[in-house]
Amino acid sequence: MTTQATHPPKDARKAGRVVYVASVVLLCAWVLVPLYFLLINTLSSPETVNSFPKSFVPEFDLGSLTFFANFAGMISALKNSVLVAGLTMVMSILIGAPAGYALSRFDFRGKELFRLLILLTRAFPLPLLALPLAVMFIRTGLDDTVFGLALVHTTLALPFAVLITFSLFSGIPVELEEAAWTLGCTRLSAFRKVVLPLILPGITASAIFAFVISWNEVFASAVLTIENRTLTAFLLQNLDTSPLHLKFAGGFILVIPALIFIFAVRKYLFAMWGIANR
Amino acid sequence: MADISIKGVAKRFGDYQALSDINLNIADQEFMVLLGASGCGKTTLLRIIAGLETQTEGEVWIGDTRVDHLPPKDRGIAMVFQNYAVFPHMTVFENIGFGLRMKKLPDAEVTRRVTRTAELMHIEQLLKRYSGELSGGQRQRVAVARALAMEPDVILMDEPLSNLDALLRLEMRAELKGVLSESNTTAIYVTHDQVEAMSLADRISVMHQGRIVQAASPVEVYRNPAERFVAGFIGNPPMNFIPATPAGPGKWAVAGHTFDGPSRDTPIDFAIRPEDLTPSDTGIQITAKVVEPLGPHLLVTCEAEGGLFRAVLESDLTVRPGETLTLAPTLDRIRWFDPETEKALG
Repeated sequence: MTTQATHPPKDARKAGRVVYVASVVLLCAWVLVPLYFLLINTLSSPETVNSFPKSFVPEFDLGSLTFFANFAGMISALKNSVLVAGLTMVMSILIGAPAGYALSRFDFRGKELFRLLILLTRAFPLPLLALPLAVMFIRTGLDDTVFGLALVHTTLALPFAVLITFSLFSGIPVELEEAAWTLGCTRLSAFRKVVLPLILPGITASAIFAFVISWNEVFASAVLTIENRTLTAFLLQNLDTSPLHLKFAGGFILVIPALIFIFAVRKYLFAMWGIANR
Repeated sequence: MADISIKGVAKRFGDYQALSDINLNIADQEFMVLLGASGCGKTTLLRIIAGLETQTEGEVWIGDTRVDHLPPKDRGIAMVFQNYAVFPHMTVFENIGFGLRMKKLPDAEVTRRVTRTAELMHIEQLLKRYSGELSGGQRQRVAVARALAMEPDVILMDEPLSNLDALLRLEMRAELKGVLSESNTTAIYVTHDQVEAMSLADRISVMHQGRIVQAASPVEVYRNPAERFVAGFIGNPPMNFIPATPAGPGKWAVAGHTFDGPSRDTPIDFAIRPEDLTPSDTGIQITAKVVEPLGPHLLVTCEAEGGLFRAVLESDLTVRPGETLTLAPTLDRIRWFDPETEKALG
């Protein structure tokens, strides 16, 4: 009797398992199939890319990538992207980390509101701000400069920098700092000798995340730069005129660093969103 | 000389009065325990002495220096935290030597002191390990060694044993007492565990709702509680209270027996420790409700006027629930309390 009674749930469990596996496969395919197409097309010669039907195995031809590297303006756009992203990384940490520390260590009036406001900066659609921002940048001479664009990207990356460092600092027991104070440290030296070494990996992750945000950003880059375009803006500009293999190669070059970096710092992103890393 | 003097210290967190008018003198090399339930302000007081918290009012003196506005590092203190606060990115050696390096002591001196305190705490074989590779008890030893290596005037301990399991706590308690009495430092120790307090302290300050109710030697606190709170908080089972009825000048009737007590017109509570009762022909009459044989003793819980009444009796007695007992209190152990002010009457 008991074996019969357990049968229906067993079937149900099996069905649930099938649905679960199917969902996982579907979600993975959703992400991985485009990436795979990007990969095989990048590693194929321009002729193969433009021909039909497509092959499902890359032929490891560097023709597309070579073409990409030799395309006029592409290398300088790549350089700009790296510069802007690097500047964004440095600025968002320099501004974001102290804010994160203050949020985690001090109680002050309007703390919750402050945290909300930080997130709200992400609620403003960039297109809405683009025109006034462009006008202001032209007036101050910041338009079409690496620094000007890095400023905008810093604004975009800052909420994440603050929230990630906030959770990092909160993960360090305040007693460690207090112990350092009683052992002869000032606030500053306790931070340098105890807190900093412990959060350095997390700070690096947060910096890399800021880098990726800037690296992937296209709208502000397209609006605020003309001569000194970043790679994303440059590719967008040439989207309708450039050949297919150039698009693939460009897309590949854009995706790879972002993918690697995000994978490297995934633990800290989960921490920011309050999900345990398992 | 590192006597500590706390003068009129008060602390408010917003509207919450955490400490009010604390006055306490701690002698050089004394072992003072701050004892109280959680939220009584004992940790806040310790943190004010350490300089991790700033008092709203009052002064703190260590030796001849007023320290209440100095940062922790300039107070000549060392502290042991409840969660140990051993730096995870440093080895045990670096942890113990951290404060000595901050003092810029020469390498040879750092090594000498670290080795000596590590030996004292029996962790010399762990010096190369990191905090993550240590057990709770070992971390506790590192935290104490780190504080002792500073050779501080005052060592402050915030519930240092509460995260250890019972057996280890017993072992560490005895060890701490030995190590600290040899180190010649003044010690302030915060705990909510009365047994810990009784066993370690030269003097206990019992705290309740942000004030010090009584500061006296363990025996004094146990035998002559200054307030009803102390009588109930210290001792397990706690002291018994029965309201007494007047029976002539200086005479009070308690559960069928008349005792000599203070002369006064207002009501009065009779108090006795459960172990100061013996079965006898004359004495207070009380009905047993629950009988618990505890091995060395027999714990009898009775219902009396004004609440439960407990007696700790010889284990070879047979007492049945419902039976009426006649118990004679040891006369010089009887205490009298004012039910209004809850203070002991002299």
